[in-house]
Amino acid sequence: MRARVIVLPRPEILDPQGRAVAHALSSLHFGGVEDVRVGRIVDLTLQDGLERGAAELQVRKMAKDLLANPIVEDFQIEWLD
Amino acid sequence: MRVSVLQFPGSNCDHDCTYAFGSVLGCDTSLVWHGDTQLPEDTSLIIVPGGFSYGDYLRCGAIAAHSPIMAATKRFAAQGGAIVGICNGFQILTESRLLPGALLRNKELSFVCKNVTLRVDSHKSPLTANLPLRSTYTMPVAHMEGNFTADVATLDQMERDGQLVLRYVDAHGEATHHANPNGAARNIAGVSNAGGNVIGLMPHPERAIEALLGGTDGRTMLTSLVEFVRG
Repeated sequence: MRARVIVLPRPEILDPQGRAVAHALSSLHFGGVEDVRVGRIVDLTLQDGLERGAAELQVRKMAKDLLANPIVEDFQIEWLD
Repeated sequence: MRVSVLQFPGSNCDHDCTYAFGSVLGCDTSLVWHGDTQLPEDTSLIIVPGGFSYGDYLRCGAIAAHSPIMAATKRFAAQGGAIVGICNGFQILTESRLLPGALLRNKELSFVCKNVTLRVDSHKSPLTANLPLRSTYTMPVAHMEGNFTADVATLDQMERDGQLVLRYVDAHGEATHHANPNGAARNIAGVSNAGGNVIGLMPHPERAIEALLGGTDGRTMLTSLVEFVRG
């Protein structure tokens, strides 16, 4: 079972990396980009035999305690299989 | 008094701090490994030094915040013990939730390495308790993630409660946009916790302790800290 944790800066937080990428895109003449946010993806491969509900709780706690900093970041979890 | 300087894989100001507190200020000073679960029993001040703990992986300070010695550090903080986090040490203290807010990438996305001037805006920390309000000190910063942020309600509460302890200022002591090296909210260079016993700051007082190193303002600050902790 694999889980993907997607971490992004919260909307109200200034994202200097996103701003720099937006600037670079515009200097490459890519038009139509209103905003860019840069985050990170953490893919977790979980041990076989974990019950799905328990795994979901576990991954949510991992994201809250370590993978994201809830003061400045939001996260979402996707299940890859 | 014993000063315990925490040491994580990737800390690189641990020996500078040991030199400052031990050789220059004459305190008994110990390096304490991150894997230890206990602090030396006679510890009266913890220094969380600068560097790149765990290679800054994930987020600066995020992994160090969960190391065994931080559990002992949290107990020490809960008992009112004095803790000072410098640079990466500040990041570790925010990631540990011993201090509010977070430190983001510098606004201009570049590593900042230069002298800055700090103004003491509050006595609410062991570092500034005995320093005159609005006095200024010059010392280096050297960081990529020093852009302090918190939501507006938190910043307002911290301001009311005197937790915005140090600010970046210009030559006239004013917290101007130009004096802010990293985009930190409200020119914040250092903050303390609600109890006033834990402080984090981005600048490096331990790098300004001898004229040969370019200045002694850091020594003035650390001397005041040691005198306050000695009581």
